[in-house]
Amino acid sequence: MSKLWKVRLSGKGGQGLITASIVLADAAIRFGKNAVQTQSYGPESRGGACRGEVIISDQNIYYPKISHPNLLVCMSDTAVKTHAGFLAGDGILIIDETLVTQTRPIKSQFYKVPITGLCREKLGQDIYANMVVLGAIIRITEVVPENVVLETFQDYFSLEMLETNLQAFTIGLKAGEKAIKRFGEFSA
Amino acid sequence: MVKPKLMQGNECCALGALAAGVRFFAGYPITPSTEIAEIFSKELPKLGGVFMQMEDEIASLAAVIGASLTGKKAITATSGPGFSLMQENLGFAAVAEVPCVIVNVMRLGPSTGMPTLPAQSDVMQARWGTHGDHSVIALAPSSVKEAFCLTVRAVNLAERYRVPVVLLMDEVIGHLRERVVFQPDEKVVQWERKQCLNPKSSQPFEETADGIPPFFSFGGEYRHHVTGLVHDESGFPTSQREGISRLIRRLHYKITQHLSDIVQVEEFFVDDADVLIIAYGSTARSAQAAVVRAREEGKKAGLLRLITLWPFPEKEVSTAAVNKKAVIVPEMNMGQLALEVARVLPDKNLLFPINRVDGELVTPDEILSVMGRIY
Repeated sequence: MSKLWKVRLSGKGGQGLITASIVLADAAIRFGKNAVQTQSYGPESRGGACRGEVIISDQNIYYPKISHPNLLVCMSDTAVKTHAGFLAGDGILIIDETLVTQTRPIKSQFYKVPITGLCREKLGQDIYANMVVLGAIIRITEVVPENVVLETFQDYFSLEMLETNLQAFTIGLKAGEKAIKRFGEFSA
Repeated sequence: MVKPKLMQGNECCALGALAAGVRFFAGYPITPSTEIAEIFSKELPKLGGVFMQMEDEIASLAAVIGASLTGKKAITATSGPGFSLMQENLGFAAVAEVPCVIVNVMRLGPSTGMPTLPAQSDVMQARWGTHGDHSVIALAPSSVKEAFCLTVRAVNLAERYRVPVVLLMDEVIGHLRERVVFQPDEKVVQWERKQCLNPKSSQPFEETADGIPPFFSFGGEYRHHVTGLVHDESGFPTSQREGISRLIRRLHYKITQHLSDIVQVEEFFVDDADVLIIAYGSTARSAQAAVVRAREEGKKAGLLRLITLWPFPEKEVSTAAVNKKAVIVPEMNMGQLALEVARVLPDKNLLFPINRVDGELVTPDEILSVMGRIY
């Protein structure tokens, strides 16, 4: 549990990855950890390269950015090209199988999850893909316990948004479960 | 047990201003400062305050100055392009001695530059952006909690010294979210501006012992005159040489004779350090990480973190630099504060600037690699 997590969620503007990184950081703090969240995005509101980052630690966090993530999620081909090379040696790479055409395993700890496809199929829209991602991350890595994330949801989303985001999160948990069966448990 | 919260730099800045008693905001939203305006628009009406979205940044600071002249604590928030537009009114606030706070969440410039990417390239603009000799105070927070504390301090200093105060945040700190703990017994101290108690025996721009004239609120009991022209103690324009010089000199010494109250720095392993890093804002976070890693490798590194940028902490910098083998100054600009540091170092060859201007924060590795070359 004392693992230092350097999480980078990368993709395009509009996928909600910065929001997902904020919810993850908030949950980590509720769980009693230290956490910082940063972001990088272009001037476009949608479509430009975008990333949300979270460091979770038991120690002080001075430098708030991440050079080499040990958990990297890529939600576009560009994201894979830009970030996969920076993944730490023992890092975990999760790609959105729906959007990323590069599906050859890049690192040993490699998970393919059809994030956007599942979201579209079960919820009829892409916009909840960020909470599907979060569910998948939580199931695969247990970086923060599931119940703490659910508690964060209650405070984070308005009542009308809560239900669908919870559904998306649950879809992600199940997708994570399947990914573990396909690709195996991760080793720290 | 106090619950820690995930909070954002911009959020803490707005909440700090409210805690310091700010009840007026006028501004024009601009990335990366927009959240500040957003929070004020929600919170100020609840407290009986006023939020005004203006047509541009020139009008924004004009409205802030107007509100402050009536006695309200007033603030605006912007970024580079807006800060450029505010320069004329910043000069007005300096000469008319109107307390106000301008938050500049620095992004990469010049001009529109890179709206979403960080820089620290407005350091000199904060000091010299408006024309004429004038005094100004500028503070730079390095953490989300400090964004709260230094906004409170910026408001307090503006009120006490009747001066515009610039809170120079950078995009990294403005948008950073981190764990913040507020203790239940944590009190916010509010400083109030010196009020005029008897207009018969005092003047609105009177030369007092501490250099700060008593404040006459507009719309209050007494009529008085405020102008950007050089004025005498009555507030009306003067062309008498003695009076001109007296005003300009007082605008300076009301700050320089109170340096111990205004200047703040923080030392991090400075005393026994061989190599000193001098940094501020988000780059100070990279420097802290570099110091910790250097110490783990047995290298004696230390950090002097500048909290007050203007007036420049000359005494603190020259004292900390005594007996150091090198002084590294990392900045997200082409070397602005490094020039000030060089000015007070005994030997300019001691200075090693690190300059990053690609919209990314200086990394601890970059600092350590420079340190490795010299030590």
